[in-house]
Amino acid sequence: MARPQRMQTQGHPDPVLDRREAVPALIERPQDFLVIAGLAGAAQELTSITQDSALNFPLGGAMGAAVTMALGLALAQPKRRVLCVTGDGELLMNLGSLATVAAMNPPNLTIVCVDNCRYGETGNQETHTGMGVRLDAIAEGSGIPVVFTVNTAADLPEGRRLVSEGGGLAFILLRVKEGPALRFKRRLEPAWVRDRFRGALLGSD
Amino acid sequence: MADDEGHGLEGWQHALYDQLRAADITQFAYVPDAGHRILIDRSLADPDVHSVALTTEEEGVAMLAGADLGGARGVLLMQSSGAGNCINMLSLTVGGRFPLLTLISMRGDFGEGNPWQFPMGQATQKVLEAMGLIVMRIDRPEDVTPTVAAALTMVFQSGFAVAVLLGQRLIGAKKF
Repeated sequence: MARPQRMQTQGHPDPVLDRREAVPALIERPQDFLVIAGLAGAAQELTSITQDSALNFPLGGAMGAAVTMALGLALAQPKRRVLCVTGDGELLMNLGSLATVAAMNPPNLTIVCVDNCRYGETGNQETHTGMGVRLDAIAEGSGIPVVFTVNTAADLPEGRRLVSEGGGLAFILLRVKEGPALRFKRRLEPAWVRDRFRGALLGSD
Repeated sequence: MADDEGHGLEGWQHALYDQLRAADITQFAYVPDAGHRILIDRSLADPDVHSVALTTEEEGVAMLAGADLGGARGVLLMQSSGAGNCINMLSLTVGGRFPLLTLISMRGDFGEGNPWQFPMGQATQKVLEAMGLIVMRIDRPEDVTPTVAAALTMVFQSGFAVAVLLGQRLIGAKKF
């Protein structure tokens, strides 16, 4: 009978990085950005490394929202830099969003996908990236002008430079081992998070 | 569509575009659709707005939530078949109390000649209401301006999510 197969795509090496070290090493100054964080590990991690910043919107559902939510924010705030941090499962839910964002090519948006090949929120089942689907190739094929993959610690300085310098739409695939994310107890109510974000960015209106 | 056959999409759609712009809408998100052709073309030609082609309608729901975080206003233009693609993404809108304005050109409605369009077209209002949206419907050209004015107030002043259905009586049934 048919079942998902491990595919013979041109190989990524096995992931070696621990996300709890690699994410903060890649995103040195999260305070420089307006942040949209995809649900589960990415939301936890960005809440943690920003010390629960008001200018971080961590999702807790609405899977597949992160990239286009960041697009709307980037178009609305052309003078600010916007960082979208999401996971492989969240991005796989809406691969078309890479095409949408590439066609708009917002110069102030950086997308980081923390790829652990797992659905971390639902029991660590393997995602399609674990079967060989390459999100960096999909981002490149979508037309995103700068695509970079961080496989090992040796790749981190270049990834860090791309995140910190910006200079155009970029997609960075951060490949990490299965394992826990940085944790931070956060308030989950989306309306509260929205009001807090808008209050911090726009003042009272 | 109707406009190509002289049935008059032109007049009210141009007025509608001007009305949306006067309400400071600067992000137009859409999956290309004949029923919204004039709005889409006007947005593409307008140097003061972002005109965003989506691959699926739910991207527009998320995008307009992001626009709101950044203090901008947008509108999502889609066909009734796209409403079904948005359902879970509306968790973000409704749960986050994000304002949302969507204009939906109906299919599977008055005079529809393609049977594939009926299941989603007939369910559009019900599923959007089930997700907590306020749904208003327009069937006559003279109702476009007042209904959209009401929707703009409900969305951007009161902060609700509103879908305005443009019925096939208004936009014309596609000829097969």
